Amino acid sequence: MSQDVVSANDLSLTFETNDGPVHALSGVNLSVGKGEFVSFIGPSGCGKTTFLRVIADLEKPTSGEIRVNGVEPEEARKARAYGYVFQAASLYPWRTIERNVGLPLEIMGYSVAETQQRIARTLELVNLTGFEKKYPWQLSGGMQQRASIARALAFDADLLLMDEPFGALDEIVRDHLNEQLLQLWAKTSKTICFVTHSIPEAVYLSTKIVVMSPRPGRVSDVIKSTLPKQRPLEIRESAEFLKIAHRVREGLRAGHSYDE
Amino acid sequence: MNARGKTIPVLTVISVIVVIWYACVVWMNAPFEYDKAKRAGVEIGFSQLVSNTMSQDRPVLPAAHQIVEEMYNTIVLKNITSRRSLVYHGWITLSATLLGFIIGTFLGVVLAVGIVHNRAMDKSVMPWVIASQTIPILAIAPMIIVVLNAVGLSGLLPKALISTYLSFFPVVVGMVKGLRSPDEAQLDLMRTYSASSAQTFWKLRWPSSMPYLFTSLKIAIAISLVGAIVGELPTGAVAGLGARLLAGSYYGQTIQIWSALFTAAILAAVLVMIVGVAHSYVLKRMGQKPDGTAA
Repeated sequence: MSQDVVSANDLSLTFETNDGPVHALSGVNLSVGKGEFVSFIGPSGCGKTTFLRVIADLEKPTSGEIRVNGVEPEEARKARAYGYVFQAASLYPWRTIERNVGLPLEIMGYSVAETQQRIARTLELVNLTGFEKKYPWQLSGGMQQRASIARALAFDADLLLMDEPFGALDEIVRDHLNEQLLQLWAKTSKTICFVTHSIPEAVYLSTKIVVMSPRPGRVSDVIKSTLPKQRPLEIRESAEFLKIAHRVREGLRAGHSYDE
Repeated sequence: MNARGKTIPVLTVISVIVVIWYACVVWMNAPFEYDKAKRAGVEIGFSQLVSNTMSQDRPVLPAAHQIVEEMYNTIVLKNITSRRSLVYHGWITLSATLLGFIIGTFLGVVLAVGIVHNRAMDKSVMPWVIASQTIPILAIAPMIIVVLNAVGLSGLLPKALISTYLSFFPVVVGMVKGLRSPDEAQLDLMRTYSASSAQTFWKLRWPSSMPYLFTSLKIAIAISLVGAIVGELPTGAVAGLGARLLAGSYYGQTIQIWSALFTAAILAAVLVMIVGVAHSYVLKRMGQKPDGTAA
């Protein structure tokens, strides 16, 4: 299984809080293959974001094993193996869009010429050419999030970790960005791990949907999508799409995600 | 809001203050005039009383025009090298203020960087920083002057150090808050790039702290001036605005006291304005939204 970009084996993470231990992740077994688009879906507290943060080495697991590109997450992080897109765009307000996108390149010590070239290329990829000199506040929420995706793409990591990147945006913008994200994925053939609250979003985007449930956070179902790689927005009214969405909903129900 | 919209309210407030002031001048200086008239055995009329209260040599409360006249005499008419020139005294105080402000800002920033990056410093230094400000400056200023004098330091530096003592505090507090102001996501982002702590500092913490720094600097420059004035008191009224205040009070020269006070207030206002201009300039360079409010 050397092809796996992410592989977790009996992974658990427990946070010690004042109200006692919280089992954010419990016995997670999962693998993400190269070039896959994997969505993590589940209610709040199911550990989907925590799992993403474990991959990114922003949290340490309590027990179990996890490999990113075949090595420990820390090593992978130091090798700059992934780009991370946060829920909020988290652009630095004192930097223009091009300097925000160039931030990781500056830190990683790219030459000025290379930096310029990569900024231009990634901004074109997310359709933000012409906005180089703008400051974040001059852009709409959707454009800001696209800039933050460009920032994550700038240094060409093969793995893209996205934590509810479109959660704060309205549905019209979200549809549009979903479509663009699929195009981008097709163009760059990256592996994407995508955390979401939205069933249609998960089904529309993914090649694999990981349904998670809370208390303790665990994987309750893994659904392989049968949708074709080419996905116009209208595909969401097809019977196939509805069937997968139904199965996701069933998975959530089986994990008691709808219980109060 | 534009300047035109502010002019009328500001003028209204100022004229109300001036009216109250002159009423107080008549009221507070009147007993002296009644006394004088009684001793001379004459009856004093109201209009005579009012005009007399505004032209006393050593009034309890000088009238505004007396202060303005005194300030004009001592700022504009006197040669600036004269010991009676307020420009001369003002410069003495200003130089101590600026030196103290610079040392205080530097010290404050260095301490804040240490506190933010070192847990031991966070636990050990911060309580001392706060404790330092609970000691009345009037109590500690003579000690500083005396101790430094004993080791051969006198003149500008001891006064500047009293300014430093006051001005480093808002800078430490503001910068600790400022350097800690980046949110989790912004810090996590740096971590995902495996940025070094120096990179995280210069590319994230430092720029994030700028609004906090300048807000602190506005307070620091004003209290630096207070520190310099206080530092001039125990030296025996040699020179500086503090010396003018002290000499004025020795000899009951109320007009001199008030004009020194006003000069100090105007100086403080100008200094704060200069820091304010630097504040807007830096934040503008950092791409702040034009109508965004400065923190």
